[in-house]
Amino acid sequence: MAGPLAGQILAAASGGRRRWGDRVFSNLAVAAGVTILALLAGVALFLLVESLPAVSADPDRLPGGKSLVDYIAPLVFGTVLAATIAVVIAVPLAVAAALFISHIAPRRLVLALGYMVDLLAAVPSIVYGLWGIFVLGPAAVGVMEWLEADLGFIPFFEGPASATGRTMLVASLVLAVMILPIVSAVAREVFSQTPRKLQEGALALGATRWEMIRMTVLPFGKSSIISGAMLGLGRALGETMAVTIILSVSGVVTFNLISQANPSTIAANIALDFPESSGLAVNTLIASGLVLFAITLVTNLGARAIISRQNIQ
Amino acid sequence: MSPSRWLAVIASLAILAVGVAACGSSDNSGSSSELSGQIAGAGSSAQEAAQEAWIANFESDNPDVTISYDPVGSGGGREQFIAGGTAYGGSDAALEEDEGELQGAIDRCKPGKLIEIPDYISPIAVIYNLPSVESLQLDPDTLARIFNQEITSWDDKAIAADNPGVELPDTRITPVNRSDESGTTENFVDYLASVAPDAWTYEVSGDWPVKGGEAAQGTSGVVEAVSAGDGAIGYADESQAGELGVAKIKVGSEYVKPSAEAAAKILEESPEAKALSKSPYMFPFELDRETEATGTYPIVLTSYLMACTQYGSAEEASLVKAYLEYAISPEGQEAAAENAGSAPLSDSLREKLEPAVEAIEAGS
Repeated sequence: MAGPLAGQILAAASGGRRRWGDRVFSNLAVAAGVTILALLAGVALFLLVESLPAVSADPDRLPGGKSLVDYIAPLVFGTVLAATIAVVIAVPLAVAAALFISHIAPRRLVLALGYMVDLLAAVPSIVYGLWGIFVLGPAAVGVMEWLEADLGFIPFFEGPASATGRTMLVASLVLAVMILPIVSAVAREVFSQTPRKLQEGALALGATRWEMIRMTVLPFGKSSIISGAMLGLGRALGETMAVTIILSVSGVVTFNLISQANPSTIAANIALDFPESSGLAVNTLIASGLVLFAITLVTNLGARAIISRQNIQ
Repeated sequence: MSPSRWLAVIASLAILAVGVAACGSSDNSGSSSELSGQIAGAGSSAQEAAQEAWIANFESDNPDVTISYDPVGSGGGREQFIAGGTAYGGSDAALEEDEGELQGAIDRCKPGKLIEIPDYISPIAVIYNLPSVESLQLDPDTLARIFNQEITSWDDKAIAADNPGVELPDTRITPVNRSDESGTTENFVDYLASVAPDAWTYEVSGDWPVKGGEAAQGTSGVVEAVSAGDGAIGYADESQAGELGVAKIKVGSEYVKPSAEAAAKILEESPEAKALSKSPYMFPFELDRETEATGTYPIVLTSYLMACTQYGSAEEASLVKAYLEYAISPEGQEAAAENAGSAPLSDSLREKLEPAVEAIEAGS
């Protein structure tokens, strides 16, 4: 209970009453906190109210003519699939990059490298999207044909390989590049705070640099890796523009990552269909948005839970 | 701050003030036209390029007028027009009874009447990427079976039958469709459903119905995907086809290439959809996709303008009237053709539409 105590000390120091500046500051801080909560509640309320008509409507009148669950389920599948692959690709790369910058790179390079990784986050997502369709997609066609021919027995690479390269694999790769800086920045920050005495102790006991990193830095930074990955997952789940532009969507549910038929994601589907929608179709799209909201909320709560458990240990 | 800095700040504020004042005073500068004020429209993104051309020309002829067009999409355009948020709207489909849109638009215009006129006709080209094949001819049934993924290879017998003497490669066909809901898709599948009902059994809507094809966002996305994919085929506004091959489509006994004239002709061949016309000023068309008339290209997108005969103020009414008059005039249609690659309205059709625009009660 440090808060009230500190307050008492401050109050005593200022002659028994709180200073004017303190009162203004604490009121401002409370107002800011309440505003954020109110905004979040407002968004949730809007999503709930606007999606009600789609929930209660006759399934025949919904887009696709089937039930709401049938409409949203493939989208949830696509959203989770794209984000998961992106995280699986990005996290090892991001952790490696963070370790390199915090422990291995020559001191002169550290600052420049850190800036470069952070700069990746400054590129607008639509630019990533354009890069995906004009550069990465066409370049990946050959690789995907090879995957189909030589690794086709794995369901992920069943094929037939897309002729244009606008596949789930390419979209996930672009997402991975987009979330790499945030995962890397969070991890780097904590890695560089690993207590010196632990690191030097490990080295003194005869550990190699890799053993030192494995035994001191990684355990120390574990919760930061998880929270970074979850932040990245949250961003990948909600990413709209890049997926909208790149992915060739056709509403199927498949683990096949290299064909032209891919499941759409919730955010991309809203972006693609909203402009020409009216009436109940809009409510349906908002209902899918509510599901995305719930998924990201659960993801973030899960991340918090994992991190707080880590900290207690 | 040093005194010289302050001086600089004051000087730049003064310049800004003069600039703002100059903008404000342009209202009463003498101009040749009496029109002034502003109106807003919203709707079909297919019309965007045409609307841009009309607005630019109209505003330069009438310097005191500001017109805006928000390409939110046909659905949004109808919604905003019905809600009274916009003075006029653009829609890729005629107003229909379902969801109460037609009635809503009629109510919005009360006590006046609803106006609905086609203002934008654009041929939709079937584009393909097959460098070794310079000219490709397709009959509607083959086209439908390519797009429903029944025909999967370019050297299929059905394609060969349409193209005697052409050496077709054994490349796999990648059919490309729009991933977003669009009027282009709706018109393309409406064509397939009317001329090849055996091969195309899907419901007609702006959403592409076949699963498992390549999909891309927007006209530019489709063109990009077709350009990138060897053996790809797609559909897009004819003006956007660029370097890609454009297929000739069988109409009657001949193969027709998309062109402005051939596209405009379809409206002359088509009957009006009387059931959807609730006022003398509405001209919804039931496009006759099955026409066999020579020189007609049946895969077209028709977009409509929605407006009312009465508005809250005479100023607004006269502005809408003048703008619509310009949009369907030969000059306006020519500007749209140049800017958007659309097909100008034919003279006979324009004569039919003019009374609707004349009916707007302006300047009383």
